[in-house]
Amino acid sequence: MKIRSSVFASFVLLLEVVGIVLFLRGFFPVPVKSSLASKSQLSEQPLEPLTGSPPNSSRLPPPLFKRVVIVLVDALREDFVFGANGRTHMPYTRHLVEKGSSHSFVAKARPPTVTMPRIKALTTGSIPGFIDVVMNLNSPALLEDNLIWQAKTAGKRIIFYGDDTWVRLFPKHFMEYDGTTSFFVSDYTEVDNNVTRHLDSTLKRDDWDILILHYLGLDHIGHISGPHSSLIQPKLLEMDDVLKKIHSALISKEAEGSLPYLLVLCGDHGMSETGSHGGSSEPEVNTPLVLISPAFRRKAGMEKPVVVEQVDLTPTLALGLGLPISQNSVGRVIAGLLEETSMRDQLRSLHLNGHQLSCLLKDSISNYEKVLGFEQFRVAEKAHGNWMKLYLEGNTSEVLTNMGKKVLKQYLEALAAMSSALSKQLGKYDMYSMIVGMVFLFQLLLVLLLAMPEALCGAAVVDLPVLSAMFSLPFYLLCLLLASVHVLVCTSAESSCYFCSLSWGLVFAAVAFCSAMFCILISMATRRLPLGIKSPLKSSGSGWQLSELDILLLVGTIGHTLSLGASSFVEEEHQTWYFLLNTLCLAVFQDVCRKYFREKSASIDEEELIFTSKDHPSPVHYKADAHTEKWLALATPPFSLLCCRLLRSLNHTGVQWAHLPDVGHWLNSSEHKTVLSFLSAFCLVLIYLLVQRRCSWVSKVALALGLIGVYSYRAAVGNVLFPWQHSSRTASKGTVEARFVYVFVLGILFSGTKDLLRSQVITADAKLKSRGLWEIYSGLVLLVSLLFRSHNLPVLCCSLLIQTLMAQFIWKKLHYDAAQTTIMHYWFGQAFFYYQGNSNNIATIDISVGFVGLESYVEAPAIFLTALSTYAGPLLWACHLICYLSSERDRSPVALGHGCYCLALLRSVPAAAYIVLVTVLRYHLFIWSVFSPKLLYESMHLLITAGVCLFFITMEQSPTSSKS
Amino acid sequence: MWDHEIRAMASTHAIIASSVFMATVLPAVFVPGFSVYGTHLVWLYSVSGAVTAVSVAVFWLLGITPPTKKHTLGYKLSRLFRSCLYFFLSCLFFHSVVVLYGAPLIESALETFSLAVLLTSLTTLRCLCVLGPSVQAWIRVFSRHGAMSVWDTCLQITVACTVVGAWLGAFPIPLDWDRPWQVWPVSCSLGAMIGFLTGLVGAPAWIHYHRKQLTYKSK
Repeated sequence: MKIRSSVFASFVLLLEVVGIVLFLRGFFPVPVKSSLASKSQLSEQPLEPLTGSPPNSSRLPPPLFKRVVIVLVDALREDFVFGANGRTHMPYTRHLVEKGSSHSFVAKARPPTVTMPRIKALTTGSIPGFIDVVMNLNSPALLEDNLIWQAKTAGKRIIFYGDDTWVRLFPKHFMEYDGTTSFFVSDYTEVDNNVTRHLDSTLKRDDWDILILHYLGLDHIGHISGPHSSLIQPKLLEMDDVLKKIHSALISKEAEGSLPYLLVLCGDHGMSETGSHGGSSEPEVNTPLVLISPAFRRKAGMEKPVVVEQVDLTPTLALGLGLPISQNSVGRVIAGLLEETSMRDQLRSLHLNGHQLSCLLKDSISNYEKVLGFEQFRVAEKAHGNWMKLYLEGNTSEVLTNMGKKVLKQYLEALAAMSSALSKQLGKYDMYSMIVGMVFLFQLLLVLLLAMPEALCGAAVVDLPVLSAMFSLPFYLLCLLLASVHVLVCTSAESSCYFCSLSWGLVFAAVAFCSAMFCILISMATRRLPLGIKSPLKSSGSGWQLSELDILLLVGTIGHTLSLGASSFVEEEHQTWYFLLNTLCLAVFQDVCRKYFREKSASIDEEELIFTSKDHPSPVHYKADAHTEKWLALATPPFSLLCCRLLRSLNHTGVQWAHLPDVGHWLNSSEHKTVLSFLSAFCLVLIYLLVQRRCSWVSKVALALGLIGVYSYRAAVGNVLFPWQHSSRTASKGTVEARFVYVFVLGILFSGTKDLLRSQVITADAKLKSRGLWEIYSGLVLLVSLLFRSHNLPVLCCSLLIQTLMAQFIWKKLHYDAAQTTIMHYWFGQAFFYYQGNSNNIATIDISVGFVGLESYVEAPAIFLTALSTYAGPLLWACHLICYLSSERDRSPVALGHGCYCLALLRSVPAAAYIVLVTVLRYHLFIWSVFSPKLLYESMHLLITAGVCLFFITMEQSPTSSKS
Repeated sequence: MWDHEIRAMASTHAIIASSVFMATVLPAVFVPGFSVYGTHLVWLYSVSGAVTAVSVAVFWLLGITPPTKKHTLGYKLSRLFRSCLYFFLSCLFFHSVVVLYGAPLIESALETFSLAVLLTSLTTLRCLCVLGPSVQAWIRVFSRHGAMSVWDTCLQITVACTVVGAWLGAFPIPLDWDRPWQVWPVSCSLGAMIGFLTGLVGAPAWIHYHRKQLTYKSK
């Protein structure tokens, strides 16, 4: 079966996407617990360990608190309260921490430090997997056993104000609620006022038991201007006032004889030095946890807060309220809180917690007897029984107290051991699905590699022996073998596996595909083998040599792939790309120099000969042109280098040097608003000048109006200044302006598509076609310039400038072939991905882009816009590649096919290598914080490249259709 | 074929390599608190000084430099002046390339410039010694099939090795190991030095093993 190399490459990429999805499904297992919907019941609580009378034995420890107020401040960092500035930032809280009856802890959040997984962790007590980050924008109701459900079932009345993630997670759980949306990151006053305005009326009433407040303002400030901005202190003072208000209201309400209140101040996650979160650095992970209640002893002075896990709050609150601990909780009760209760209640609470943990341990670990904590718990339970016996006998001697203390210690040790064993257990992988995905990917990669000589030859046609493979005996044997392996694995696996849960039809398709690919591989390899022996003789004759540039491109691609194995290189991947790009520019510079200096003497003679023979009208003129062209060509690589150096200091990303001040921050500070305005206006004008050259006049007008719209959108949002308007108007969302731009984007895209269709269907006009392509490209540029933040417009500008200069003076003049041009485009695209401020960390994704021109959160456009703006660099360069290669059609008609094939190869090599690396490193310390986000980025990039390759096919279609 | 030249080249390279060795060892004896990492700049200057002095001396004694047509003192002085100028310009060139590669512009300018001086004394100085201060000859040697003698080939190999060494030396910088040799510019200058030494050893060996294939067209 003969197919064109672009079709071949796109299909391979699409199938690779399927393979990587399967791998991801295995790598990020959706936590399938044995009892997802079941919840702990009060009646199922374990008996108190003692030998004797049943009525006494089911007694639960009495609740400690009547009312609980939880104040959750998003992104509250530990040092905001406990640090040196805490005294000025949050004076009242600090006073309570130091002198009041309170307990304070540093609660460690587990990565990913993103709001929704943290809320889940706080309420269920389990540690949500990384996949929750992906689901973060789309939170369905929480079905697991959780604290809120338990409280509601026990008849507690809950009121909630704050982030509406809670409302979506717990629908119908709250007696009263008011959700605020967390997506307008630029708003940090309204979100909190919407919470606080309910406070006065609520605190006066008596008809609630639990009040939860989730404040978002601090997090938004962090995202806008970082943890050291001047906005932080007023916000923290505001939070302090809220706490003071609640505390005094609770004190005034307190009645003699009834149970005391509990006031909890906590953060869901911290804030990194740049103000974002999501990773696992110390400031992101450490959050304060302050528990205030008259039930606690008064403090004498500031003590160093003890470090606990964030999930420990769940069992503590459950026991404090007299609720059953949720089933999947891995936390252990904070023993310090129980100090003031009787020894019997303390032991009983620990016993309940231990029992719940041991049940969870039995469910989730097959050889649970071997876990150290389990045995310790058995021993402690027995000792507890003995203690109870003595206690019920009425023994009140010193012996009893000492023994009680010993049992307590045993319990605590057992709890710690079980909790840590469970936390480790939660990172379990579905190896079978991962391996199947990996096999898919590697077969496809090998096919791609084996097809290289055919795909890059003059015809650009790949001959896949599909039919001969399908009708061969080994194919059927392999099918049988693989099917039996599948049955064997699925019946013997004790843990659940995604690939086994697929329907039989799908599995059989996968098995057939796998074996067919294997047969195709074998037959291609055998076909290649005799060629491989012959080729050295041939190549030595034809003199097919690698130039320095080819060597650099090869070494760079391979070196980059290898570098992904080190976590630092993944964190600092932008450095690798900047480095390679610089080297590439220097190599190109060397090529240019060689062309213009070395071959000067030889070529000038030839040219003069041509002129004299053809009798050119103005040879002098031509010569002058050639002269300026030479100098422009010589200046292009150094100019690109300079652009790259300037862009590098625009956004510092990564980890090690991210905290250094960069130009982007400087531009964004309010003092430099005029500079930013001038810069963005200049950039927009330059973008217009660079893009309009090849557009039709309608698109030119649309483009100009669209770019003006972009500026007015930025002015409306408050990023830049209008010359005649002196920041009197308050910032709006700029919805009208953004929609105005969208209209022009659609118009330009429409006119481009119309041109393309006309060139393909009616007249086979190459000029019309290249204009249509360019218009689609310019529509994309307009959209990206709307989505980019205003300080990032120079990135777009520079990329356009480099593209124009390189296409004009380098790629055309130096006769680089399609493969070389593609690799260069790919490298530039990668580097620009990082120039615009991205990194391999989830935290740098700018989700505010998803709301440009939208009144509220709509899922599909938000995801589309976010993905587009994140991958704007690679996408723009890939689109430029299509434009360039199709304009080069007359030089080499199969250039598009070659380009598409190279792009597919360039993308699938690192993706396949990275999958293996991640599998090998799956128990690495940084697997969740460094390697998994990169895996998500890689797969997303693969998906986008597959889309681009499909576009390649549609572009390549025309020559065949026009010929026929 | 060029046994005499190869022997001369090997001995020259041995002398230069030993000068590098001495420039590392001698300061350790005489300067208190000297170490390659700790007082890196001192080491850098001592090595580049030694390499400069020894190469100039050796190549002058060997007399490989193309014979000058005029023997007037003024001409010789102008050649010397041009050589110094080229040396300085090449320092500036390397400095700007390193800054383009991402070295901080102002913060550690001294370190960057020292690296540029080292690279210059390892590469440009050899060109000056072998080819003299003529840009035409340099362009000829560093373009494809441009070597016209064994010394040209040797020059290509050593310069390429040095530059590639410095290039590779930049890779460990982003790793989070916190080692003393990851400090800017230690790894790069060490890489350049190792590359240079490899080139010194490799160039005569390579030429020796390929002496049958090597053909040079004369001008």
